[in-house]
Amino acid sequence: MEVEAARMIGAGLATIALAGVGLGLGNIFGAYISGSLRNPAAAPKVFGNVLLGFALTEAVALFAMVIALIILFV
Amino acid sequence: MAEGQGLHIDPMGQFEIKRLVEMNIGGVDVSFTNSSLFMLIVIATITVFLTWSMRGRAMVPGRMQSMAELSYEFIANMLKENVGSEGRKFFPFIFSIFMFVLFCNLIGMIPYTFTVTSHIVVTFGLALTVFLLVTIVGIMRHGFKFLTLFAPSGVPMFLMPILIPIEVISYFVRPISLSVRLFANMMAGHALLKVFGAFVVGLSWWGGWLPLGFIVGLTGLEFLVAFLQAYVFAILSCLYLNDAINLHH
Repeated sequence: MEVEAARMIGAGLATIALAGVGLGLGNIFGAYISGSLRNPAAAPKVFGNVLLGFALTEAVALFAMVIALIILFV
Repeated sequence: MAEGQGLHIDPMGQFEIKRLVEMNIGGVDVSFTNSSLFMLIVIATITVFLTWSMRGRAMVPGRMQSMAELSYEFIANMLKENVGSEGRKFFPFIFSIFMFVLFCNLIGMIPYTFTVTSHIVVTFGLALTVFLLVTIVGIMRHGFKFLTLFAPSGVPMFLMPILIPIEVISYFVRPISLSVRLFANMMAGHALLKVFGAFVVGLSWWGGWLPLGFIVGLTGLEFLVAFLQAYVFAILSCLYLNDAINLHH
């Protein structure tokens, strides 16, 4: 296989990480919503942690993007 | 890449470093670039914002003074909750880092400006500073006992050979993950805005409204991300400091 083609495939494969990120993000917000419906009084207290978890999970997707960019352009 | 479509997308052009004043000291390129210019603008903005808003020193704060006090209390509470009373003396450090990253991100959202934090060399410098500070503080406070950070207590002995390398690696990967998180968020966001901007122009008045709507939403999201990443950077610095000061309690 040509190196260029293998690069394209590799960059595509790197985006598989998004499956895990999607699961994680859904999990974070799903757990937040179900938790805040059970105990609405505690909801504002954990919202900061939700955002923190969101940002940390989103970062995993961006790591995958950086890997894909490295494969493509470096 | 679509060719011959007349749609030219150059999402990376906005991150180009331009030398504004060429300078060369002893073979090292120390030119004054657009990145340096925007760092100066950011620092000037922060200084003006904090000093000008606090000039009245009113007992009942006005709008501007509340904003300055809010940002102060935000970081002070973050340190108190995550590090404890020991964290008080690190307030200036965390506050400077937070305000610098926040204003870099926010000023980068203004069209035709340059986002300083979209370059990994800047964020890596910041993250390395945090990492070195945390390591030095940990070693100064605990000496040799600082190494117990890598061996959590209450773990069965047979797990140690696996756990210790993992802990060591995760410790030394911190500056990389901290810097790549901020840099990738900023770069991806701005590249995305640029791509959608090119769609709006490329599809002209009959088809450009849909991507225009997307851009409006994305800009809102980017403002959220700009704040969130500054918050995450600051809070992770706090958590690392907590590790070094309190050693996994």
